[in-house]
Amino acid sequence: MTRAHPRELGVLAALLLLIAGTAAANPRFLSAQSVRDLLLSAAILTVLAAGQTVVVLTRNIDLSVGSVLGLAAFGTADLLATHPGTPLPLAALAGITIGALCGALNGALISYGGVPALVITLGTLYVLRGAAHSWAAGRQINAADLPRPFLDLGTATVLGIPLLALLATAVVLAVALWLHSYRSGRELYAIGSEPAAAARAGVPAGRRIRTAFLLSGSLAGLAGVLYAARYGTVDATAGQGMELQVVAAVVVGGVAIFGGSGSVTGAALGALLLTCIGSSLAVLRVDPFWQQAVVGALILAAIGLDRLLTTRLAARAARTAPEVSRAG
Amino acid sequence: MPAPAGRTRTGTAATALAALLLLAACSGTTRGDGDDGGPGPGAGPEPTAQADPDAPLRPDLSVAFLPKQVNNPYFTVARGGGERATAEFAGTFKEVGPSEASASSQVSYINTLTQQGTDVIAISANDPGAVCGALNSARDAGAVVVTFDSDTRAECRDLFINQATAEDVARTQVELIAGQIGGAGEIAILSATPNATNQNTWIALMEEELARPAYADIEIVAVAYGNDEDEKSFQETQGLLRSHPDLAGIVSPTTVGLAAAARYLSGSEYAGRVALTGLGTPNQLRQFVHDGTVESFALWNPADLGYLAAHAGAALASGRLTGAEGETFTAGDLGEFTVGPDGVIALGPPTVFDAATVDDYDF
Repeated sequence: MTRAHPRELGVLAALLLLIAGTAAANPRFLSAQSVRDLLLSAAILTVLAAGQTVVVLTRNIDLSVGSVLGLAAFGTADLLATHPGTPLPLAALAGITIGALCGALNGALISYGGVPALVITLGTLYVLRGAAHSWAAGRQINAADLPRPFLDLGTATVLGIPLLALLATAVVLAVALWLHSYRSGRELYAIGSEPAAAARAGVPAGRRIRTAFLLSGSLAGLAGVLYAARYGTVDATAGQGMELQVVAAVVVGGVAIFGGSGSVTGAALGALLLTCIGSSLAVLRVDPFWQQAVVGALILAAIGLDRLLTTRLAARAARTAPEVSRAG
Repeated sequence: MPAPAGRTRTGTAATALAALLLLAACSGTTRGDGDDGGPGPGAGPEPTAQADPDAPLRPDLSVAFLPKQVNNPYFTVARGGGERATAEFAGTFKEVGPSEASASSQVSYINTLTQQGTDVIAISANDPGAVCGALNSARDAGAVVVTFDSDTRAECRDLFINQATAEDVARTQVELIAGQIGGAGEIAILSATPNATNQNTWIALMEEELARPAYADIEIVAVAYGNDEDEKSFQETQGLLRSHPDLAGIVSPTTVGLAAAARYLSGSEYAGRVALTGLGTPNQLRQFVHDGTVESFALWNPADLGYLAAHAGAALASGRLTGAEGETFTAGDLGEFTVGPDGVIALGPPTVFDAATVDDYDF
């Protein structure tokens, strides 16, 4: 792991450039409240992106995360609204368990059924959203129904840093450590780089992929709990459409969509960058009709940059191939 | 005009659920053809019969509510009002509808209701034209059609129950924000999507209202669009506060935007310094009214809307109304209503909710 991380550095550079540019136009963009808001806004997307990274590394994709988030958010909020005495850790655990079950379902269908993850998770995206709708049956859970301490989680700060952001950072660090330093984590890269070679090397691909989906589902469940705490208003549509933002964050963060390369810190930076774009465009008062186009253009730019760097690296590696060993 | 209250984002529901709903719709009461012998209101596009205000209400009326989308909290409340009204005139009530608010998704439900010989169809149309053919077949078969919340073309229904006129909505919101900021200062609007018809109509009317001399010291400095998404509404609220440091108040004529802005303000350094009002539901905003973030806000009562729609349908089906301008009828405990031009009945000015009254409502 001596290789520099040009992709992460690229995202970081883009992020700093964006912050500097917006702050130059409107210095209040760097006020303490503003930075807190930014970190808070990115927290949920970051947690989802961490889970998605693990899945994408194995050359799979989890499109169901938005629906899993919705189901977990509604489940947690419903539990707390109907049983206000529930201890908060237990409620959070319930949300994470809902997510874990959904993730286990995805993983089992994919590894035992041998069906591409794109198809399976597209199916569960709809099925789980439908389950949320039939569970909610038109109900909406509002801030007034939820216990005060739970809602405070969404706004609490520790030493001026939002609690949600700290949680998201902890998740990213834990996943990064796993991917970096544990055999099972490293094997995900092998599966994504070259499945046939990984199989010959004795990597238990099915089990690793099930673990990846279980993790992605559990983190989506956790994100659902955080969603309920942050917004206080939850109905069956919570998190709808979020899966695409998550995939965008992961791709912008330099995780190769065909697996095998990328890092969870990159994905977290991607989530932060996308959130920052949204905030900057709002502060700069960019015409709303253009905002989505700008986000799309930035995704394309990120992928273009990634492609450019990859080909350059490949060319350099080819020139100096005999001496340089390319560590993963 | 899309439902301005509740989550207006189109729910993507499972095909499995859709299938379930279809099954539910099919297993509803199938009424025989002989049930339609009552004193009908002159089925067909033009009301031909004379209205008889003293006609007895027909017994056993079957009333069906067809919202834009089932499982939408706003319509769940409207349905409650419809059920209450139907119980008052001893009819049978049911609700059917698509899980997704797309233009043509309601057609098959209307056809099923027609085959079942439903007497009153109360519909909130996803599209003013797409359901016209189906609704007219239903009327030919003897049903009366009342639209609520969102109208169809006037020739496809007997009555439209308008939840609030755009003028009333705009005026009420301007009054509220003017009162909260002391009649002077910069205000901003947090809307839904940039091309939401009803939102844009209200914003234009609010600008007109603010042009009056009484509001000379109030200026709209920005209109932001939260797309009825929580996170986007958060970010746009933050953006408004950052780009306009002297902002005195925000008006959000959409429930998602208002709830998100309230949640943001209540946890930020701006709490208590920036006024916030708009259209929202008491359940969503109760917390923020009590903690002082929102002083007062407005909305029509969707339960009253459903209640009035069901009563109007019963009055039509019993011959008390034909839908002609100037006719009057009594809608249970809501009192007397008059049919306006084009068969429109207005529910009245929006209700204003504040700390004293917000707990009296549950929707």
